[in-house]
Amino acid sequence: MAEFTLPKNSVITEGKTFKAPAGTTNIRRFEVYRWDPDSGENPRIDNYELDMDNCGPMVLDAILKIKNEIDSTLTFRRSCREGVCGSCSMTVNGINTLACTKAIDSYPDTIKIFPLPHMSVIKDLVADMTHFYAQYASIKPWIETQTPAPADSERLQSKEDREKLDGLYECVMCACCSTSCPSYWWNSERYLGPAVLLQAYRWLVDSRDETTGARLDELEDPFKLYRCHTIMNCTDTCPKGLNPAKAIAETKKLLVQRKLG
Amino acid sequence: MKYRSPLAKAVGLGSAKTGTSHWWMQRVTAVALVPLSFWLIIFLDLSLNAPYQEMVAWLSSPLNTLGMVAWLLAVFYHAALGLQVVIEDYIAAEGVKIVAVWTVNLGFLLLVLAALIAVFRTLLIG
Repeated sequence: MAEFTLPKNSVITEGKTFKAPAGTTNIRRFEVYRWDPDSGENPRIDNYELDMDNCGPMVLDAILKIKNEIDSTLTFRRSCREGVCGSCSMTVNGINTLACTKAIDSYPDTIKIFPLPHMSVIKDLVADMTHFYAQYASIKPWIETQTPAPADSERLQSKEDREKLDGLYECVMCACCSTSCPSYWWNSERYLGPAVLLQAYRWLVDSRDETTGARLDELEDPFKLYRCHTIMNCTDTCPKGLNPAKAIAETKKLLVQRKLG
Repeated sequence: MKYRSPLAKAVGLGSAKTGTSHWWMQRVTAVALVPLSFWLIIFLDLSLNAPYQEMVAWLSSPLNTLGMVAWLLAVFYHAALGLQVVIEDYIAAEGVKIVAVWTVNLGFLLLVLAALIAVFRTLLIG
């Protein structure tokens, strides 16, 4: 059955509280999920009170401030700090997002930070992305052709065909959408999930690719594709404003078109 | 299993190369059920309020017989397709899943047969 209850060692306990220095006037409270695989203890929530007069504007700035000034044991992924690398995806106040593109002021009060939902946690805010990346590799996210490239130029593409990739190529594979999807929670072993299916569609509509039929063959499966029930959490949560649900719907339309069209 | 690469696990047994018909028929039956359900409102109203003989006479008009049979086929087919999807969503144990899908499909097949027999018995015997 789908797992609706958590194993005993997933129960979250109350952790430490780090008070803001005395005399601080502009305080914001951050509750952060902590789990250390080496300690043998259950996960806990640590509370950090930060001086907002000495902190950058984004959620990632607050996390970096904690790591640099308060608690260096906090573990998380981050790199570009401008929403193009997709590393700092996490759950902030219940919604998956990139910590670097979300302003602290867009949240009303206490900010609660958790790792991406329904993924194995490696440590603190770091989720295990191995299977997610393997699923991405399984859809062959690269151009496949029989026709050799022109000897003295690129493979050309019309402006109209290039525009079909808008809203698809911007995806940074942060997994916010896939890990917000209940279908992906229950069946991620086989369901590819919105992020990977959006990428699959990106190659289906690329005018230069010559394996559209084979790509559709690989997707036509009750589990790989048809676990999508248009729940729309993916589109709702995407920090890049993309629409994976639409890409999946378009893929289903291509399959029907191939059958009936 | 431990030594299989992540890619081998992700690929699994590969694609079943089915699913489109299942998904498409779910939509087709859903669309068919929109007008048929309006017809059903009239049917339910009559069957609760009209005398039995009047009801049988109403049902024996060709259009209404067609409406009844079409609604029964569409609704049980739609229900079987939909419940199978629910089972695939929530039941992960392979054996239980297969038995549940069989049970649902055979169950709805029996129900639709029973319903059709009931319709024709009513019309023929009165």
